[in-house]
Amino acid sequence: MGSKIVTFVLGGREVEVMVKPMTTLQAVLRYQLGYTAVKEGCRQGGCGSCTVLVEGEPVLACLLPAEDVAGQQVTTLESITPVDGLDPLQQAFLDASGFQCGYCTPGMIMVSKALLEHNPRPTREEILDALAGNICRCTGYEPIVAAVEGAAQAGAAPGAQRR
Amino acid sequence: MSPAMNVVGRSVPRSDGIGHVTGRTQFTTDRSFPGLLHLKIVRSPLHHARILGVDLSEAERVPGFVRALTHADVPHNVYTILGLIGVEPEEEFVLAEDRVRYKGEPIVAIVAESEDAALEAVARVKLDLEELPAVFEVEEALRPGAPIVTHWGNNTFMYEGHPCRRVRFGDVEAAFARADHIVEGVYNTKPIEQAPTETTACIAVPEANGRYTVYTNTQAVYFSLDNTAIILQVPGNKLHFVGGTVGGGFGGKVDVIVEPLATLAAMKTSRPVRYAFSRSEEMQVSSTRSAWRIYMKDGVMADGRIIARKVTSYADSGAYSRQTPYALTKHAANAAGPYAIPNVSIDAYCVYTNRQPSSAMRGFGITMASFAIEVQMDKIAEVVGLDPWSIHFINAYRDGDMKPHRKLVEDATLIETMQAAAGLVGHELPARFRAMTSARRPEGGV
Repeated sequence: MGSKIVTFVLGGREVEVMVKPMTTLQAVLRYQLGYTAVKEGCRQGGCGSCTVLVEGEPVLACLLPAEDVAGQQVTTLESITPVDGLDPLQQAFLDASGFQCGYCTPGMIMVSKALLEHNPRPTREEILDALAGNICRCTGYEPIVAAVEGAAQAGAAPGAQRR
Repeated sequence: MSPAMNVVGRSVPRSDGIGHVTGRTQFTTDRSFPGLLHLKIVRSPLHHARILGVDLSEAERVPGFVRALTHADVPHNVYTILGLIGVEPEEEFVLAEDRVRYKGEPIVAIVAESEDAALEAVARVKLDLEELPAVFEVEEALRPGAPIVTHWGNNTFMYEGHPCRRVRFGDVEAAFARADHIVEGVYNTKPIEQAPTETTACIAVPEANGRYTVYTNTQAVYFSLDNTAIILQVPGNKLHFVGGTVGGGFGGKVDVIVEPLATLAAMKTSRPVRYAFSRSEEMQVSSTRSAWRIYMKDGVMADGRIIARKVTSYADSGAYSRQTPYALTKHAANAAGPYAIPNVSIDAYCVYTNRQPSSAMRGFGITMASFAIEVQMDKIAEVVGLDPWSIHFINAYRDGDMKPHRKLVEDATLIETMQAAAGLVGHELPARFRAMTSARRPEGGV
């Protein structure tokens, strides 16, 4: 089977890539488009470090064939980082030291972003549930949960600000 | 606080924090280079085997195949990571020669235009192996007739001519003879994979000035640089190692595994070469924490004083020693624990088996000693009929005490730490333990 052109919207900008069948979204983002905030911890759906948002929902980019996002909105950590300064959620991770080595951080932030968009005032249990698919080997998770709680309290999600 | 104190006592933002929360931190495989080649390894499917033949003919026909590297391409193929600090002999094969000693041992490196092509070529290499009996258990490895793992001796690392690291302090047997109780225990721990979220990886890049820049996530950049220079027989100034950003290590990235082959491949192809472990390689091939077996025998007086301790420990080093000889030395220095025991004898063996090599992980050598010692302390408490707090306070070492490996105790804080811990859990200590300190004992005191 030959390659085909896939068009999707990445961080609000339309992109067109040539992909071989079954190339993952992770490989396209990292190695064809240079979006290296999409991490590569296991390439088997086990660690969550490659999490991106597709149409606002967290998705493991390592398991998703790139052709499946044709015509859809894809959001990576690069896309939510303002030109100046930080997104309030990023600031909350910084303030709470919600990371040590930093490798799981992009996935953690993307999952949390989706959570807060849907549920601006999550309970601790809801936060734990949302983060359940993302592995962190350094922090023991507590600072990450604290970061998400801090972001929720600061009204990091647009939905929260509207209230 | 003195005005000069602008760091101590304050929270200082991490210099890499912004990079981590924006995803701009560059981890090793986040870098890309024009013409990047991919290196993948043909690994032994058997735990122990003689290599009778390697057939590369089909692999060479895979589209995108660039070249293969075998042991014959490696200038100094047999090395020992700790050779840098005088540990002998050189024993680990960068690429296997006539024998493989663990499942997953590298035999051939394949360099290809893409990762897919490299994997395809790896799958098409034909190995002719003759399976040999294997040993996976430390005490079995020491029995007469056990398969011998090393190419240079028996199944134990040698410490100055001895098969174990030894500590001798006082007279253990005499103390056992006069002890009121003998308390014995056997403690086993299993291998643990450090499982960093970022797998072990490097990219070696030929530079216009004739040097090679090696981007690596090693935890020990000079171990990697120096060993690579030795293995490739090039002066260190030909190599520029760029490290420091490590996506989790926990000891799992202190061995020198990917850099020598990636750099050799870059030399042979004049192109940048990436060698990154898959998750399964990280879990199944990279060094783990060792499995340990620890035999502990203590002579204890009716008042709770431990007057003698005898320890025989075995660490499963796997097929090669890597950092494990050092772990045993640390273990031997700490197997008496933070306690003042006047008679101590320790034999600590670094044992070779056909398991994947083990190496560093968070306090290796000491963590397992602490596990054994602290369970042993509770057993002693039970036997003499005192509570565990008492056993710990009665035996706690103090400043000026001599440890079994002939180091004077300095800056001891065990007693103060236990007093604070008791406070935190709301345990009321008897007055005599509340009054204790780690200060040097009075002259002639015990």
